[in-house]
Amino acid sequence: MTVHVGHVSQTSEGSQEMKPRSEIVASELLREIGAVLRLSETEAAALGDLPETPEEDQTMVINMGPQHPSTHGVLRLMLELRGEEVLRCKPVIGYLHTGMEKQAEQLSYLQGGTNVTRMDYASPLSNELVFSMAVEELLGISNDIPERAQWMRMLLVELNRMASHLLFLATNGMDLGAVGMMIYGWREREEVLRFFQKVTGLRMNHNFVRPGGVAADLPAGWRDDVLRLLESIPGRLDEYDLLMTGQPIWRERLQGVGVLTPTEAVALGATGPILRSTGVEWDLRRNMPYLHYDQVEFDVLVGQYGDSFDRYAIRLNEVRESMRIVRQIVELMPSGPYRVQNKKVTPPPRARIDESMEALIHHFKIFTEGFRVPEGEVYVGIEGPRGEIGCHIVSDGSAAPYRLHIRPPSFVNLQSLPHMLRGCLIADAVAVTSSIDPILGEVDR
Amino acid sequence: MTDDAEAPEERVPTRYGCPLTQRFGQDVIYVDRQRYLDVLKATADDGYEMCLDVTAVDYLKHPDRWLPDGVERHRFEVVVNLLDMKAGRRLRVNVAVPEDDPSLPTLFDLHPGTEAMEREVFDMFGISFDGHPDPSRILMPEDWDGHPLRKDYATGEIPVQFKAGNAR
Repeated sequence: MTVHVGHVSQTSEGSQEMKPRSEIVASELLREIGAVLRLSETEAAALGDLPETPEEDQTMVINMGPQHPSTHGVLRLMLELRGEEVLRCKPVIGYLHTGMEKQAEQLSYLQGGTNVTRMDYASPLSNELVFSMAVEELLGISNDIPERAQWMRMLLVELNRMASHLLFLATNGMDLGAVGMMIYGWREREEVLRFFQKVTGLRMNHNFVRPGGVAADLPAGWRDDVLRLLESIPGRLDEYDLLMTGQPIWRERLQGVGVLTPTEAVALGATGPILRSTGVEWDLRRNMPYLHYDQVEFDVLVGQYGDSFDRYAIRLNEVRESMRIVRQIVELMPSGPYRVQNKKVTPPPRARIDESMEALIHHFKIFTEGFRVPEGEVYVGIEGPRGEIGCHIVSDGSAAPYRLHIRPPSFVNLQSLPHMLRGCLIADAVAVTSSIDPILGEVDR
Repeated sequence: MTDDAEAPEERVPTRYGCPLTQRFGQDVIYVDRQRYLDVLKATADDGYEMCLDVTAVDYLKHPDRWLPDGVERHRFEVVVNLLDMKAGRRLRVNVAVPEDDPSLPTLFDLHPGTEAMEREVFDMFGISFDGHPDPSRILMPEDWDGHPLRKDYATGEIPVQFKAGNAR
């Protein structure tokens, strides 16, 4: 942590940093509170929620991050403190910005998957899925995707949700001092990633879900691997319950910390476990089903208090729900093709290239020039581990997107941080940041 | 609205008084800038309680895109994605923003969750949002020149702007 001294150079566009207290007028705070709570400014003022204005020399601005271990990457929080109390907080982001949306305009639709998969590196398959679904929508082949491809996608995405939540459990434990938990969470996640490596060839950044289906069929023995995974994890989750859920210290650190109300969550656009922790039953898998989520049984977990503990408990139990879904997928997995049989979209199998001139031509065209996608504009949203991942693509009829925008759930969820932290203690800032589970690769893109 | 004999639909349907299209099974309304805030208020009253996403598209190199009749054609288009959680429906609002005055009123008072997204649109496209509580860059460094996602912002020819780093 470094104490913030003075001001950085500022352009006409304004500084990204927190405004000094002397420049803040009460009406601005009231406007912010009023907008979030959906009240008029007078109503907000009547709440008496407004923190009193302390003297400037009683407060201190501290930068937490961008290289603080509990900020999950390069998130920088500017905290205005009075003693240990957080008066205001401003997340400063952009340290990992690499222009991925600009890059996407250069990459063909076949290459696009390699780009989007690197955004949320903890749940790459969800990003690939939403990108592929958006492209398929534009191509008009979204109803032609073979059954096996659909179920394979569900299998991979649910396993990825488990891996992502296990990573959350690991880092959440670490942030709050249960350092052993970090090792356990990473260990279980690694077992899921080992399965991914067997299926896709890579632990992360798979580029496996592609427009038109998936890149390859499941390897022999996949069923045993999945079942072995499903056998080993439940016992470990029970260990987590012992280690954390029931622990008085754990509960003390999380319960009632960083409370968000349903109104605030909806107003701030929060989705995923953060929204569900406030008691709002909203899960795109249930409410607006895609793939075959309407054919599997699972519960949507909701919290009651909207605090950090609810968010922890929801993610822990979503691992169990995902396992339930995976078990059904193993039962229901049909056989058949795993890619759409459309030569313009799907490259021909390697063996066909040796015997068919046409296959060679298609192969060459797809990998050099890519396939052309009809003009149009779509937005597709799916339920990722962190909330709604959306993909907005504009096509001008060429082989690369004219504009690709990913709606990153972490980026939007991060906005609820200042509201959760107002009035918290600085030690709770770590717990709350951790409970948002931001992935900075996705926040900054 | 002009009557075009070649248009596939004889009459464009409307919602909130704006042309509505349903390509790819998605509801899209095209709003002009003057009515933007009013229409967004009407949608919020109509149940679209969550604003999922605000982004923009620069149509500099694709000016002859398909648009419903009577919709103004401008360089930029701001795209707002709304969600009605009770009815389980989505709505996309497209607003054309002219190049010579790239600005829109902010949605902050209606959907405070658009704060960061509008900053991102400003950062990437240079479209400013009037009344935004914190109109600064969000992803690029604050002293950066230009707006990277504009189509006339070249890739691969970026001059080094971190001069302080070079001097060391």
